[in-house]
Amino acid sequence: MNMTVNGRDVQLPDYVTTVRDLLDHFKLNKDMAIVELNQLILDKTTRDDAALSDGDRIEIVQFVGGG
Amino acid sequence: MLNIGPYSFTSRLLLGTGKFPNFDIQKEAVEKSETDILTFAVRRMNIFEPNQPNFLEKIDVKNYTLLPNTAGAKTADEAVRIAKLAKASGLCDMIKVEVIGCAKTLLPDPIETLKASEMLLEEGFIVLPYTSDDVLLAKRLEDLGCHAIMPGASPIGTGLGIINPLNIRYIIEQSSVPVIVDAGIGVPSDAAKAMELGADGVLLNTAVSGANDPVRMAEAMKYGVLAGRAGFEAGRIPKKMHAAASSPLEGMSVL
Repeated sequence: MNMTVNGRDVQLPDYVTTVRDLLDHFKLNKDMAIVELNQLILDKTTRDDAALSDGDRIEIVQFVGGG
Repeated sequence: MLNIGPYSFTSRLLLGTGKFPNFDIQKEAVEKSETDILTFAVRRMNIFEPNQPNFLEKIDVKNYTLLPNTAGAKTADEAVRIAKLAKASGLCDMIKVEVIGCAKTLLPDPIETLKASEMLLEEGFIVLPYTSDDVLLAKRLEDLGCHAIMPGASPIGTGLGIINPLNIRYIIEQSSVPVIVDAGIGVPSDAAKAMELGADGVLLNTAVSGANDPVRMAEAMKYGVLAGRAGFEAGRIPKKMHAAASSPLEGMSVL
């Protein structure tokens, strides 16, 4: 499956079908991650089960130091 | 107490979390500052560099109220999107509206700041706009329903202190919501000065994170804010044009 994640075109293995799989694939910290799927910000409580499709555009952001 | 929307805080010092030398120094500085409110920015995770340490993991988040900012936004729409992403963290519903209109001065865009604040208030956020020291703009932001007004002392990161204390004073006098002097603070006396003028709080970052000893400076800023606030509450003497002796003029043993 091909997607755009944080502005990068990436090819993902077939087992990546949900947001949970995606975060696990990149070994990202689930507590910190905030996910936007095709410009829709996902609720943290239900986000992990959100299904992914070919061509999805995903943003994964977090809090970082700032003033 | 500093009351912002439904929240009450003991400390009147709000501390930014950017550009500290390392997390250990930052953690100690945060503790020494005795702040209740920490600001953060929202940025992309590096998907190809997992297990990046995050300062949020180093502190007990329960002990602080998080104030994410919309830094990076150049338009109201961008600010609203960043604010919604921040809220989706489930960690906070306060937002520092920061819409920068000029890359050189980092001064806020007044029109976009106003628009973003209005949109975010409609979305139910607790809205704290970072604004210039323009008195009428501050009034317009308050009229919208903003929960606090955050005029800059001087441009972000300059450490120049309060450039226009008269405007800050006018903003404080006209406001019925908290006024937090944000950006441009360099030394503890700047923070004290803001509080002496009657500000409800001070938000600073670089003055602490960029100091030679951020931990000591964090503590110094705590005292600056406390001293300034106490001085404001105590009520200053009127300025006079001529001297007035503080020792008795009678009973001098030598003449």
